Amino acid sequence: MEGLLTEVFLGSLLFGAVTAGVPLLLSGLGEQISEKAGVLNIGIEGMMLMGAYAGFAGAYYTDSFTLGFLIGGLAGVMAAAVMVVLCVLLSMNQIVVGIAITLGGEGLTALLHHFQFSRSYPRLGRPETLPVPWLSDLPIVGSAFFDRNPLVYAAVLLTVALVWVFKRTHVGLNLQAAGDKPAALDAAGVSVTLTRSLAVLSTGLLSGLGGAYLSTIGGGLFLPFMTGGAGFIAIVLAMLARGKPMWVLFGAFMFGGSLSMTTAMQVAGVNIPTDVIQMLPFAMVILVLIIFARNSYLPPALGNPYHRGAR
Amino acid sequence: MRDVVKDGKAMEAQKAMETLSRVLRILLPVVLALVVGGLILLAFGKDPLTYYGYVLRRGLLSDTGLQASITRMAPLLLIAAGLIVAFRSGLWNLGVDGQFLLAAVFVAALAPILARHLPSTLVFLICFLIAIVVSASWSFIPAYLKARHGINEIISSLMMSFLGVSLANVLIKIPFNDPATTVPQTETLDVADRLARLGDTTVHWGIILAVVAVIAVHYVMEHTALGLRLQLVGSNPRTAKHAGLDLRLLTIIAFAASAGLAGLGGAVDVLGVQGTIRADWNPAYGIMVIPLVFLARYNGYAVIGFVFFFAVLMIGGESAARRLAVPHYFVLVLVALLMLFLAVTEFLEQNLRQRKAG
Amino acid sequence: MDASTAGPNGIAISLSDVTKRFPGVLANDRVSLTFRHGEIHALLGENGAGKSTLISIIAGMQQPDEGTIAVGGATVRLSSPRDALKLGIGTVYQHVLLIPSLTILENLMLGSPWWRRCDPESVLPRFRELSKLLSVQLDPDALVGRLSLGEQQQVEIMRALWHGERALILDEPTSMLTPDGVKELSAVVRRLRDHGVAVIFITHKLREAYELADHISVLRLGHVVGELPKERLGKMTEKQVIDEVITMMFGRNDLSKGAEAALVGTALDHDGLKPVDRSGSPALALHDVSTTGQFGECALNHVSFDVWPGEIFGVAGVDGNGQKHLAEVLSGQRPVSGGTVMLNQKDVTRMGVPARRAHGVRYITDERLDEGTAGTHSVSVNLVLKETGKPPFWRNGITRWGVIHGHARTQIEAYDVRTPSEHTPIAKLSGGNIQKVLLARELSPDAKLVIFNKPTYGLDIQSTKLARDRIRRGAGADNAVVIVISTELDELMETCHRIAVMDRGELRGIVDNRKGAETEIGLLMTGARVPAHA
Repeated sequence: MEGLLTEVFLGSLLFGAVTAGVPLLLSGLGEQISEKAGVLNIGIEGMMLMGAYAGFAGAYYTDSFTLGFLIGGLAGVMAAAVMVVLCVLLSMNQIVVGIAITLGGEGLTALLHHFQFSRSYPRLGRPETLPVPWLSDLPIVGSAFFDRNPLVYAAVLLTVALVWVFKRTHVGLNLQAAGDKPAALDAAGVSVTLTRSLAVLSTGLLSGLGGAYLSTIGGGLFLPFMTGGAGFIAIVLAMLARGKPMWVLFGAFMFGGSLSMTTAMQVAGVNIPTDVIQMLPFAMVILVLIIFARNSYLPPALGNPYHRGAR
Repeated sequence: MRDVVKDGKAMEAQKAMETLSRVLRILLPVVLALVVGGLILLAFGKDPLTYYGYVLRRGLLSDTGLQASITRMAPLLLIAAGLIVAFRSGLWNLGVDGQFLLAAVFVAALAPILARHLPSTLVFLICFLIAIVVSASWSFIPAYLKARHGINEIISSLMMSFLGVSLANVLIKIPFNDPATTVPQTETLDVADRLARLGDTTVHWGIILAVVAVIAVHYVMEHTALGLRLQLVGSNPRTAKHAGLDLRLLTIIAFAASAGLAGLGGAVDVLGVQGTIRADWNPAYGIMVIPLVFLARYNGYAVIGFVFFFAVLMIGGESAARRLAVPHYFVLVLVALLMLFLAVTEFLEQNLRQRKAG
Repeated sequence: MDASTAGPNGIAISLSDVTKRFPGVLANDRVSLTFRHGEIHALLGENGAGKSTLISIIAGMQQPDEGTIAVGGATVRLSSPRDALKLGIGTVYQHVLLIPSLTILENLMLGSPWWRRCDPESVLPRFRELSKLLSVQLDPDALVGRLSLGEQQQVEIMRALWHGERALILDEPTSMLTPDGVKELSAVVRRLRDHGVAVIFITHKLREAYELADHISVLRLGHVVGELPKERLGKMTEKQVIDEVITMMFGRNDLSKGAEAALVGTALDHDGLKPVDRSGSPALALHDVSTTGQFGECALNHVSFDVWPGEIFGVAGVDGNGQKHLAEVLSGQRPVSGGTVMLNQKDVTRMGVPARRAHGVRYITDERLDEGTAGTHSVSVNLVLKETGKPPFWRNGITRWGVIHGHARTQIEAYDVRTPSEHTPIAKLSGGNIQKVLLARELSPDAKLVIFNKPTYGLDIQSTKLARDRIRRGAGADNAVVIVISTELDELMETCHRIAVMDRGELRGIVDNRKGAETEIGLLMTGARVPAHA
């Protein structure tokens, strides 16, 4: 086991933590926005898959990662639009619609993949990185944190930006009001429907981007069901972060680390069945839930459709 | 309000309208899902009529197909029974797949060993018991977190499900692995030791168990004190507390019963059909049965009908995957569409009703 | 302020022929009313008279089916709360509509255009201006969740006036205030009137309307049935006003005294109550009872009192001062963190609801629909909710629907519950009828302790009178202890032998119900301490 503490192992663990963590971070932040506004988005797994497929196909056909991301984000927004129409505008059960979006996302992307790529299984090339001067030359952390695709930096910057948005802008106030007491927001003259719709669409955008990252930069190829529950982990992250983006960031890289254990272990020459490693993140979620059970927080109006006049 | 007495004819007309709307709200989502699904097939260059026709022939109209469909109903119905208990108790047990698979793996590992020493009736009984205990205990953590801390059970049960699926694989690959095979899998249960067939069909008697279970669940929910208590916890937890019910205990009971039934489904599938479980086998029945239970509005009798419909779709779809090169993922899309249109129909119906009342 | 520009003749808002229909109900039927600047206009009416619908139309929450609204002389369409706010029409609703997790300033800023910089500094001047106008002192950075209800109401008034001072709508604003709070509010409202604001004041208490209003309009079944304009009101005595308004509200003058008391707020004589024999030992004894509450709940803090058999014991206090916990501790729904509860010399502290029910404890909760009943279930089921699993309704756990429905039919008859049938989901019934179902379920001659929590909240006058009569008669039980928790002092004065006052989870004192007890109680409610009479 002495191989565990080598530079190679740590480097690949951290590198993998970031690679696996960015999709979790993006979709976790997205889920946080929805939850803040009072919409429990169970469909995030489906939105990620839509983003992953569209992002991969986009990058493959346009030969541009940037366009791939854009198309992936757009696919997420489109999946979210279904949720907006059904849940926010028509006040349907958020859980039923969420499950439907996840199932539909799984089925549709698997089907698309089958008809388009299942014979060739094309791979994308290595994406360009944007090394940060000096920092990228540091041992271990250099390549893990400072020699990455711009989207990685953008995701981290977005976290910081969201801290500011939640705390210091009208958008932040409106989101919080929509989740805590929608009637109060309505009485203040702000449309709850609009606030929630935009929140859900942002969730779609971010989870679409997260999915696109997974397929383009993370793996370089699309596989059916490739998110493997990442969307649900994102929901847990948002739940435990209690409305604080920084906690999503922290949690995402923690979970990313446990997801990337497999590869790192293999690099270090330790042989543990992959299934055991695969259990790690989920076991961690359960453990975290048990330990911090009292501290998880969800807005009072979460999951409830808003009708004016119905109190 | 007492003077709202309608003459007989108006009542009758209203009753007929209600029956019609009940039929419509069930049929409409199904038809819409099939139509939109057909359009998707068309977009991929497949002829939907050929596909649906093939599915129908292979899943319903051929002898072997029909028997396969009915056989497939057994695990699906038991899962559905478990979901009815959970949903009517206001619990979103989305972890049925993990509960199902873990129970199935334990049964698959132990049944061949037990069968060497014990008469088959006893083997079945013990296996059913093991399945119930394994799956019910797998539901305990989400149930406890919900009961004690109010943690949303959707997430925790799903996490347990993912965990359960991985654990099942580990179990198959390491402790329960049959060294006699090259692919990791459990020891195979002799065909002679499996659940007996009904007459000279390929259908085993697990289907009878499943149908009885669904009807029993329906009866318990509608006609017993326990059922009323669970319904109260589900529909109105504060009222339940006010009436002095033990919410925590009832939550744990409902979760355990729900998981236990799903686990029983796993046992029946192993003892009746599979005989062994290979690594990475996860049929994920649970997530697909959820919309059916919704569609049936938690009604046990209606569930039987929908599960039959779905089993035909699955069996036919599996044949079609081989023959027409439409992968069975398409069934997932159909289920998703079914759910969406179910929601839409429900919304339209509510709106119509309001307009009529206004 | 631009928004407060007066229309012709000082008219701020005028409604003409406003009609609003809901499924099965005509909520407003050709209502025409005029609200003037510098005038306090009281809208009176029973529950269901259409007051709430009318204000939600003026507030832009709902749109009328017919009729027009003119603001400042020009016809307008108020299609959202934003439209109304922009015109300087602000509303303070009966239930607090503030976000507890935000500060006062953040709450006030809610509703500004989202692209605007969210800078608390920039709105401070307006906050100070309004603070001065209202003559209140609040910390702008305080979390709203930590304010008292009175302070929250002040914040709501500020928010209502934030975009302009044309009109202020107050919906039952005194229902959760202390007597002192009511005085403060009255002062604020008068100050606003003198500033030129058109104040619309919704209430069901006639005396309040008389004291405050310059103009009274009465609504009944969606119609305006009468008005007392400023000129007439000024020349009338209180008695004349009350007589006239009651005639308007009921169309006749021979209304029973109980209903009048409920309206006017003068207590009936409590002398009619059966005297209590305090020579024996108390039937109910609370000793040093404390509870722990979650965030936002008011827990009990070392509460002790004794009540004797046959005594009706009132608990007064502003809502949210621990009354709910007290009721739940008595009923067995909530564990105590310290202290003991003795019922007829038996320690019941650790008993849950079923065991206490077996000992004769009955609890009629104030949250009839959310807690007392299961809305989607039938009247029949709700009548046996607390007997689940017990004979004769269940045998070996199997439901005997025939027995349950039969029982329901008997009870519906006995308590005169107006329902289409025993199978009707209880949520479809009116508040008064749901209350009757609760009474039918809880009351019985063998009850030992009956707890009423806000027994007449939201009921119409007839149901209120019925409920109070029933309490006065000892809740239909032989020598039971009756606890009445209420925020309406006159209700307690009418029904109770003694009245205790709760404030921030503590029992401030217990007052014998006699002439002049109101003053003593009012004093206790403001936080003064008077040694408890035992």
